[in-house]
Amino acid sequence: MTDVLYLYIFMLAAFTGYEVISRVPVILHTPLMSGSNFIHGVVLVGAMYALGHATTPLQIALGFLAVLLGAANAAGGYVVTERMLAMFAPKTKKKLPAGEQGA
Amino acid sequence: MQWIVDGVYLAVAVLFIVGLKAMSSPAKARRGITWAGVGMVLATLVTFLVPDMQNMALIVVAIVLGGGVAWWAGRVVKMTDMPQMVAIYNGMGGGAAALIAAVEFARGEVHGPVVATLAVLGSLIGSVAFSGSVIAFLKLQGIMNKAFRLPAQNLVNIALGVAAIGLGAWIVTSSVGAGTANAWLLVLFFVLALVLGAVLTSPIGGADMPVVISLLNAFTGLAVGFEGYVLGNPTLIIAGIVVGASGTLLTQLMAKAMNRPILNVLFTPITGEAQAGG
Repeated sequence: MTDVLYLYIFMLAAFTGYEVISRVPVILHTPLMSGSNFIHGVVLVGAMYALGHATTPLQIALGFLAVLLGAANAAGGYVVTERMLAMFAPKTKKKLPAGEQGA
Repeated sequence: MQWIVDGVYLAVAVLFIVGLKAMSSPAKARRGITWAGVGMVLATLVTFLVPDMQNMALIVVAIVLGGGVAWWAGRVVKMTDMPQMVAIYNGMGGGAAALIAAVEFARGEVHGPVVATLAVLGSLIGSVAFSGSVIAFLKLQGIMNKAFRLPAQNLVNIALGVAAIGLGAWIVTSSVGAGTANAWLLVLFFVLALVLGAVLTSPIGGADMPVVISLLNAFTGLAVGFEGYVLGNPTLIIAGIVVGASGTLLTQLMAKAMNRPILNVLFTPITGEAQAGG
């Protein structure tokens, strides 16, 4: 039964992700990519679990690297997104979409 | 203690979804990243309260080191260099997801076919996202200028992909019951997945890179979601799968905005020699 419940979580999360950003304007494509990059930085929590339950030196080394990378994902993702979105402050709102880098 | 942890994780999932929703509207976008940021801090802090956690000092050192360097790098980098920073941080997330699977296999904690399959899938996708993002970073940073295109590139991609999936299936069948798999098999599998990510990304030109980074971002999300299942952590599943789904949609929207179908971006890249297809 638990496995089935997890499958429901997977399904509902997939629909949520799809619905939540379905009306994003082109100008926000790159910041939103950066923002979702930050959100999957929660992998840090999983890495902390892994290192927190590691016992042998190999497990500890792998876990340490995982926490290192996960923390970099979360912290770096936040700073980068915050800097991109700072360009959407009201005073620069009238300017051309300068935040649009890729599209 | 456990109920505090569970309650906070639930609140974190809500904060992430609300934050992502806000980030897709120009007026609320800045509030969105703040909410998601509060969620991340809460999730990290409450994880220290999880019962029978060891290596606390190492965890703190790794967070301070990794988070500190990334924070500093994100602050000092030029505004025009942002896309490659997104790429490299995304790659690190994918690498972390793959490493979680590696630790779980080393601990012999991967019991049952469903867990083994998702652990292997997550590490495959995470490794591809890691090496692919590193290549994307090197290209946008101007360190790797040429587009490397192997002869019969698409065939090589398919062969590598099939080999990685085959090896993954072997690991799954051999780990069911045992809870772990042959160490060399695992090492070979990770190497193959890393090579696949690099080979897949290296022929793609700079103009297509934002779409590729967005795709790799969705990949990392999926990998995080799968490893969340392996660890039995719903917050990881929800955050990962939400990013996986929204990232896939965002990739399609970005490809559409530049008039290039996503399959063209991946399999008929615009390089120096190749013609730009219509």
